[in-house]
Amino acid sequence: MKKHTISALVENHFGVLASVAGLFSSRGFNIKSLSVGETEDPSISRMTIVAKGDDRILEQVMKQLNRLVDVIKVIDMTVQDYVDRELLLIKVSTSKAARSEIMEIVHVFRSRIVDISPSTMTVEVTGTEAKINAIIGMLRPFGIKEIARTGKVALLREVKG
Amino acid sequence: MKITGAEIFVESLKKEGVEVLFGYPGGVIIPIFDTLYDEQKIRFVLARHEQAAAHAADGYARATGKAGVCIATSGPGATNLVTGIATAYMDSVPVVAFTGQVKTTMIGSDAFQEADITGITRPITKHNYLVKDVKDLARTIKEAFHIATTGRPGPVLVDIPVDVTMGSAEFAYPKQINLRGYKPNTDGHPLQIKKVAEAIRQARRPVIYAGGGIILSNASEELRTLAEKTSIPVTTTLLCLGGFPSDHPLSLGMPGMHGTQAANLALTECDLIVAVGARFDDRVTGKLDAFAPHARIAHLDIDPAAISKNVKVDIPVVGDARRTMEQLIAVVEPRKRNGWNDRVDAWKQEYPPTYVPSDAVIKPQYVVEQIYEATKNRETVISTEVGQNQMWAAQYYKFSRPRTLLSSGGLGTMGYGFPAAIGAQLGRPDAVVFDIAGDGSIQMNIQELATAVQERLSVNIAILNNGYLGMVRQWQDLFWNKRYSATDIEVAPDFVKLAEAYGAKGIRVTDPGKVREAIEEAIATDGPVILDFVVDREENVFPMVPAGKPISEMIGGLA
Ligand SMILES: Cc1ncc(C[n+]2csc(CCOP(=O)(O)OP(=O)(O)O)c2C)c(N)n1
Ligand SMILES: [Mg+2]
Repeated sequence: MKKHTISALVENHFGVLASVAGLFSSRGFNIKSLSVGETEDPSISRMTIVAKGDDRILEQVMKQLNRLVDVIKVIDMTVQDYVDRELLLIKVSTSKAARSEIMEIVHVFRSRIVDISPSTMTVEVTGTEAKINAIIGMLRPFGIKEIARTGKVALLREVKG
Repeated sequence: MKITGAEIFVESLKKEGVEVLFGYPGGVIIPIFDTLYDEQKIRFVLARHEQAAAHAADGYARATGKAGVCIATSGPGATNLVTGIATAYMDSVPVVAFTGQVKTTMIGSDAFQEADITGITRPITKHNYLVKDVKDLARTIKEAFHIATTGRPGPVLVDIPVDVTMGSAEFAYPKQINLRGYKPNTDGHPLQIKKVAEAIRQARRPVIYAGGGIILSNASEELRTLAEKTSIPVTTTLLCLGGFPSDHPLSLGMPGMHGTQAANLALTECDLIVAVGARFDDRVTGKLDAFAPHARIAHLDIDPAAISKNVKVDIPVVGDARRTMEQLIAVVEPRKRNGWNDRVDAWKQEYPPTYVPSDAVIKPQYVVEQIYEATKNRETVISTEVGQNQMWAAQYYKFSRPRTLLSSGGLGTMGYGFPAAIGAQLGRPDAVVFDIAGDGSIQMNIQELATAVQERLSVNIAILNNGYLGMVRQWQDLFWNKRYSATDIEVAPDFVKLAEAYGAKGIRVTDPGKVREAIEEAIATDGPVILDFVVDREENVFPMVPAGKPISEMIGGLA
C-alpha cells in the first residue's frame, strides 16, 4: 500500500471538513495526517491529506472527493513533483549538562529553540517528514515529554523553464 | 421591500415551479406552514408520517421527471425523513427536502427537538445546507434545486432555523448560479465516443446494459435508436424497466439475481458490454470475478465515480446518457444481426419467465399479469414495495414506457411503494396507479391511506398477501433449511376492514377466477382501493442466482 499526498482546494465553509473526513472514514481509509488552511483567496481553503491505501480505493476516494459540491479541485501530488513541509514542536527533558548537546543538534537541523525552562527545552523544526523523524530520533535519548506535528502541507513544483 | 424568511421560502418554491409539497408540521416550522395557509399555487399534501412525505416526493419525481419536494419539522420530523432521503439517494432521484431547525443561537445546545440533520444526512444527500442567515435563503434554495436536478440527480436537504424563517430580507430570486465546485459534464469526450463506436464495430457478441440513467436523462428514444442501428440486444435493470420496450425483439429483460436467463447468459458470454447509466450493482453482477469474463466494457455515465467502481472499465465516457448516446449514434456504423443475435433469441425462447398456473389458489404472478392486461392500453404507473412482490412486478408486468415503474432498487426500502404511488398520482392525475405490494411492506406506511382519502386519490394497492415476509422466507426455504425464523406474519389486520376504517374501499380476492374483475372494479372506483389478494403462501421467485454465485448459475424456473 502506497502513501498518497492529496491536495484539495475547498470552499472555506463549515461542514466541508466533516464531509471530506467522512468520505475517507466511510471507505475504511485511514488519514495519516490532514492540514487545513486558507489560501491566497480567503474564500478557499487548501486541505493536504496524507493517506495510505490501495491505489484503486484511492482513485475512488479522489473521484468521490471531486463529487462533493464544496470541493473545487483535487490533486494527487504523489504522481507529480512537489515540495512538502511539516512543522514539529517537540518538548525535551534537559539537564543543565545536556543543554549544549541539544543546542548543537538544533543547530545542525537548522531548527530553533522556542521555549526553555529549568528542566525542558521546546524546539521548533520545519522540514520534510524524513528530517522531522530524524531529529525526533536524535532527541529521543534526552527524553521526549510532548510532541505536536502539523501534518504535511504541500505545493506542486513549477515546471522549470 | 422586505419579506419574511417563510415568505421567501414560498416565493422561491414558486420560482422553481413547485406545484406539490409533501410534508408534516411541527413547532419550529409553523412560520412556513402559516405562510402556506394562504398559498393558492402550491398544493400542500399532509402525509401521516414524514418518511412517507419523502417517499411521496420521490415517487412524484420519478413519475414526472421534476424535483419532488418535502418538508418536516426539526428533530424527530427530520430524522423520520432519513429513510426516504437515503432511498432517493441510492436511486439518484431529485428530491429537495426542507427541515425546520431550532434557533441559530441554540444550535448545539441539545435544545428541544434539535437534531444535527445536516450531519446525519451528509452521507445520504448529494449536498446539504444549514441556512444561517435569511439573506442566504433564496440563493440556497436556488442552488438546492439546481444540484438536485442536474448531473447525476440526487436528494438535497436544506435545514432552516426558525429565526431564519421569522427573519426578513429583500427578496430577489437569483438568476445565476455560481458553484465553482460543481460543473457536471454533459457531453462525452469525442475521442472516447469514437473508441466505443470502434469497439462496437469490432465486437462479435455485444450487449447493451442499460440502467436508471436512461430514465433520469429521458434517453429511451436514443437507447432504442442505438440498439436498432447496431442490432445489439439490450438488458434493462430494475430501474430502467420501461426505458426500453420489454416486447421489443432486442429486449433481453432484466439482468441479475432475479433477471432473465437470457440476459444473464448474454452478459456472461458477450465480448462487449456497452453500459449506459448503470452502476454494476452486486444484484446485477453476482460474483464479480465471474462477471462478463470475456467482455471489454465501455461505460457511459454522468458520474465519474461510478466508472470502474465495481468492475474495471476499458472505455470510460463521462457524460449525460442521452447526450453521449446521441453522439454515439452519429458516429457508430450500422451493424447487422449475426449468429450472436440468433443465440440470444434462442435463449429467450428457451427460458421465458414461467410459473405453474393454478385454478385452486391465486398465483401472485397471475395477479401481476392481470394488472398488466387490465392497464396495458392506458396510461399507468406501477410502484412496488420490496420483496417477492417487487420481483414479480418486474418479471411479469411488461413495461414499455419510461417512468411507469417506481421501485426502490438501491436501498430496497419496504414501505416505499404506497407513498410513492401517492406522489405519482399527484404528479400524473390522469394515470391509473397501482402499488404492487406485499403484506409486510404495506404495513410500513399503511397510515397513508388517510392521506390518499383526504386528497381523493384513486391509488390502488394490490397486496400479494402470502402471510409471510416472503422474500426472506424464500431465502430461509432455499438456503437455511426451511427454518422460518421471524418471517411468518399471518397475524395481520383484516385489510378490507382496515381500508374501510380509513374511509377507503377494500376487496378481498381468494378465487383466481375473480382476480381480473376485482382489478377492473378498483380501476373504476374513485378514491383509494385495497385489493387483498390471498395468494399461494410458499410461492418462490424464480429464476434466481444465489447470493455470491456467478449470474450464469441460475436455479429454478428452467423450462
Ligand atoms: C425497511 C426494510 N426492512 C427490512 C427489509 C428486509 N426485507 C426484504 S424483503 C422483506 C420481506 C417483505 O415482505 P412482504 O412485504 O410481505 O413482501 P413479499 O416478499 O412477501 O412479497 C424483508 C423483511 C427491507 N427490505 N426493508
Ligand atoms: Mg408477504
